[in-house]
Amino acid sequence: MADAETLLEPLIPALRRYAYALVRNHDAADDLVQDTLERALSRWSLRRTDGDLRAWLFTILRNLHLSAERQRQRRGPHLDVDAILPPGAAATQEAGLEMQDVLAALDQLPEEQKSLLLLVGVEDLSYDDAARVLGVPPGTVMSRLSRGRQRLRSILETGRATLLRRVK
Amino acid sequence: MTGHELPIGDDDLQAFVDDRLDDTRRRAVEAHLAARPELADRVAAERRDRTLLRGQLDAKFAEPVPARLRISTLRAARRERWTHSVRSIAAALAIFVVGGMAGWFASSLTPSPRAAAPTTSVAQSATAAFRTFVVEVAHPVEVGAQQEAHLLQWLSKRLGRRLAAPDLQPFGYKLMGGRLLPDGSGAAAQLMYDDASGRRLTIYVRAADGTETAFRFQQEGEAATFAWIDQGFGFAVTAAATREELLPIAEAVYRGFDGATSSGRSGPRTP
Repeated sequence: MADAETLLEPLIPALRRYAYALVRNHDAADDLVQDTLERALSRWSLRRTDGDLRAWLFTILRNLHLSAERQRQRRGPHLDVDAILPPGAAATQEAGLEMQDVLAALDQLPEEQKSLLLLVGVEDLSYDDAARVLGVPPGTVMSRLSRGRQRLRSILETGRATLLRRVK
Repeated sequence: MTGHELPIGDDDLQAFVDDRLDDTRRRAVEAHLAARPELADRVAAERRDRTLLRGQLDAKFAEPVPARLRISTLRAARRERWTHSVRSIAAALAIFVVGGMAGWFASSLTPSPRAAAPTTSVAQSATAAFRTFVVEVAHPVEVGAQQEAHLLQWLSKRLGRRLAAPDLQPFGYKLMGGRLLPDGSGAAAQLMYDDASGRRLTIYVRAADGTETAFRFQQEGEAATFAWIDQGFGFAVTAAATREELLPIAEAVYRGFDGATSSGRSGPRTP
C-alpha cells in the first residue's frame, strides 16, 4: 500500500483552499478538510489507484460539504461573522471593489458552478477530472464553465441581488 | 491559418481563459477575438476574474497546515478511537459474561501467548475493568469485604494463585470487595478499595507470561495504572491519581503479594 502520509500531505493546502472558498469560514473549512482526510484514510485501500488522487479527495470533500449543507438547510439559516468579512478584504480594498468581490460574488453562484470555477480555475483540475468530481457528463463541462463565468462576470459588473433575478 | 480548422467554440474560449490551448489553437482563438471586440472584452474580463480569484485564495494556500490536519495526528486519533471502541465492547461483554459464564472461563487457566508486552496488556485490561466497575454504584463488587476470607478463597481458587488483599489503610484506602472477570482464555480478579471521599482504587490480577518485574506506568484519561509481572502473574494497580500518589501504593501492593507467596500457603501456580 502506497504510504498515505507521503501522498496526502502535499495535497492538504489545496484541500484547505477549496474548502475555505466553499464555506468561507476558516474553522469550518478545516473541519471539512479533517473529515475529508479521515474518510480518505478509512477508505484508503478502496481508492482507485489509476485515478487522480486529488480528484478523489475533492470529490469526498465536496460530498461531505453538500450533505452538511443539506442538514443545515433542514435546521434553518445560519449567519457567521467570519463569512461576512472575508480575510484580506481590508488589504485589497485599494485595488477596487472588484478585487475584494470576486470571492464574494462566487458565493452568489449555485454550488455546482462555484465548485466548477474553483476546481478548474484555481485548483487546475483537468476538465475530465472536474466533471468526475461534480458527477456530470464530461461533454457538458465546457458549457457549464462558460455559463458560470459569464454569470460571475455579470454579478461583478452590475451588483448582485437585483441582477440575479434577470439572469435566471 | 488554413480552412481545415474547426470553428472556434465555447470550449476553445474556456480553454483559452484557462491557458490550456496548444500554440496553434491559441493563435486561432486570438485571431478570432481580434475581429470581435465585444467577445474579446468578455474573454479578457473572464481571464481577469480567474486571476483575481486565484490571487484572493493564494494566502489560504500558503498558510501553514494546522497540526490537527497532519496525517500522523489523524492516524494516531484513529488508532485511539479503535482501541477505545474495542475496549468498550470488551468491557460491555465483561458485564454480561461475568456472572453466568465466570465458571466456564475459569475452567481454562493456561495463560495464552499475548502479542503486546505482557505488562502493557495487563495494564490495559486493568484500566478497562477499572473504568467499567469504578463508576458502578449498585454493585461495585461481587463479594463484599465483610466476607473477605470467602472472597479471597474464591478468587484464589479461580485464579490458581493464592490471593491476599494488601492492607492499604496507611494510604487511606479500605477494601470494598472484589469480583471475578473473564480475561482472554483465563480469569482475572479485581479487588476494589475506596477512601473516605469515595475515591476508588483497583488491584487487578491475572495469569500472564514472562518473568518481567519492572513497573510500567500508564496514564489513560484520569485512570493511572502501575502494572508488573511477577512469577507468572500480572498485577495492576489503577486509580484516578497522579503517578506520584500511586507509586508508593503500587510498591506496597507489590510487597504485599510478594510476602503472601513466600510466607503463605501456596496456590498451584506459585513456586
